Amino acid sequence: MSEAVIRVVGLGKSYTTAAGLFPALKAVDLRVDAGEFVAIMGPSGSGKSTFMNLLGCLDTPTHGDYFLVGRNVAQLDKDQLAVLRNRTIGFVFQGFNLLPRMTLEDNVALPLVYAGVDRDSRRARARQELGRVGLADYASSLPSRISGGQQQRVAIARALINSPPLILADEPTGNLDSQTSEEIMTLFAGLNRQGITIVLVTHENDIAAHAQRQVRFRDGRIVSDQPTPARESA
Amino acid sequence: MRKAMLGEAWRAMGANRLRTVLTMLGMVIGVGSVVLMLAIGQGAQYAVAQTISTMGSNLYILISGSTSASGLRSGGGGGPTLTVADGEAISELDGVANVAPVHQGTQQLVYGANNWNTTVVGTTPNYLEARAWTLVSGYPFGDSDVRSATRVALIGQTAVDNLFGSDDPLGKTLRIRQSPFVVVGVLGRKGQNLDGRDQDDTVIIPLTTAQRKVFGTPFVGSVRLMMVQATSAEAMPLVEKSLTALLRQRHRIREDQENDFYLRNLAAAADSAAETTRVMSMLLGAIASVSLLVGGIGIMNIMLVSVTERTREIGIRMAIGARQRDILTQFLLEALMISVAGCLIGLLIGIGGALLTNALTDMVIVISGTAVLVAFGVAAAVGVFFGYYPAHRAAGLDPIEALRHQ
Ligand SMILES: Nc1ncnc2c1ncn2[C@@H]1O[C@H](COP(=O)(O)OP(=O)(O)O)[C@@H](O)[C@H]1O
Ligand SMILES: [Mg+2]
Repeated sequence: MSEAVIRVVGLGKSYTTAAGLFPALKAVDLRVDAGEFVAIMGPSGSGKSTFMNLLGCLDTPTHGDYFLVGRNVAQLDKDQLAVLRNRTIGFVFQGFNLLPRMTLEDNVALPLVYAGVDRDSRRARARQELGRVGLADYASSLPSRISGGQQQRVAIARALINSPPLILADEPTGNLDSQTSEEIMTLFAGLNRQGITIVLVTHENDIAAHAQRQVRFRDGRIVSDQPTPARESA
Repeated sequence: MRKAMLGEAWRAMGANRLRTVLTMLGMVIGVGSVVLMLAIGQGAQYAVAQTISTMGSNLYILISGSTSASGLRSGGGGGPTLTVADGEAISELDGVANVAPVHQGTQQLVYGANNWNTTVVGTTPNYLEARAWTLVSGYPFGDSDVRSATRVALIGQTAVDNLFGSDDPLGKTLRIRQSPFVVVGVLGRKGQNLDGRDQDDTVIIPLTTAQRKVFGTPFVGSVRLMMVQATSAEAMPLVEKSLTALLRQRHRIREDQENDFYLRNLAAAADSAAETTRVMSMLLGAIASVSLLVGGIGIMNIMLVSVTERTREIGIRMAIGARQRDILTQFLLEALMISVAGCLIGLLIGIGGALLTNALTDMVIVISGTAVLVAFGVAAAVGVFFGYYPAHRAAGLDPIEALRHQ
């Protein structure tokens, strides 16, 4: 059996608040294998984002272990984590998080700058990724000139550019209307068919329906983990 | 990679142009004033060095009369205490190169319809040698002219300009106190002395002629001034000692009596003038450096604001793989770019200001390559030094904290 893309064991995170230590995530175990498309669901405040930040190596757990493509991230320093994020993870955020002063092409190419790729290759690959999300014509536009759905496509192109095995998306359709959301989810499903592992947070059933597996959180714990039920007719 | 970052730094500068320009202004003013002040300071040093070189080297002025705390006062109430014979005795001393007794005063020169008040110097041929004064035309007078008190004159450039205009003065006859003098030589230009007096506003004639026919002194053979030149700077202390001993003996001064003469070391005066201008130019530079410092603090201030404003951007960059040193480099480059750009503009303005100062005043301006390089180096150092703290702060941000920042 090959190594899981994500394996967490007893993972927990407590925030220090004015009222004392607040356990947002409590001893979570999860394994995600290569090629899976997992939807993380649950009510607001159930710890989904906390969990995603840990999966993204953006935050450090208070207890438990996390193995990303077989590596124990607790043993890596800040710069090693940066390199790991750069090569292994593509992030898609709810608020798109494009850099407003850069052209779309430069936004998409930015991970390659930190990967040390030369300028010509960066440009060629950025255009290719923009084409993959259907925005080849907007390469030299600024983010403010395109719609939210288009911005999220650009963010997906950026997430893809370093060919990471894993995409983490925390409510990527949260700021989009239902039709645009549907388009974005179709895009994700297509990427998943190409072999990319996807972990995506949503609290909408329609969105989660695109995944093969649904993991539900409540009060910082996983309360259910099952395959997506067959789709009802709309 | 570095190139991509340079491009980004450039873009960041362009993103808030007014702010960038205002930040740069601090560096512009700082570097501009350093360059200008150094140019003025070095110009002053150059001017003093130039003046000193016209003075003649290793020189003393021997002055008749005694000194006291209040300065110089006339000795014994009578005439000058120094004699031509004293001068001859001094010239025999070890380490003495030249001795020239001087009797000088202001007189009116007349040539044709022109007249001009100038300093008439009665002296011996040694005077020119001691002052390292060369002639541009004609010949100097000799010892025989002094012995027979001939009416010959060497004329300085300012006197030439005012009396003769564009005429060639050589061989012409001018009058001093009704006596006719033939101009036998024209002195080279020397400019101002350390006290700011025009050294070219002068006429030099034989000492004997001056005393008998121009000034009409009752003390012929005695003088108030003597130029004494040592053979070298090293010989000067020895000359000072032996000359004092010799004169005290010749003037029969008792142990408990003060000297009836005063020896002024012109070389030392020159050194102190040079030192004064050196200190002054350092002071100017130091004051200007303060504005450079203020410019640097301005950069730090703006960079700190920029880091705070761009916290979210930093978070995004970290999420997609920026290492700490990438963020550090990015912000350091931005600070460096602002300060180097400010420095370049400041250099241009400083050099322009120096040239303008030169054009509008008669101040000497020296723009040295070293000063420019130093200003540039300091500006770059200021950029790195004051840019480091904000950049370090940016690089040290926690990725998730930065991403949460609104
Ligand atoms: N930085 C933080 N400091 C303190 N408490 C936090 C912080 N982030 C989240 N929380 C708390 O942790 C809990 C889980 O939050 P989160 O993971 O964002 O939930 P979700 O994404 O499922 O809505 C919430 O109660 C929230 O208030
Ligand atoms: Mg959330």
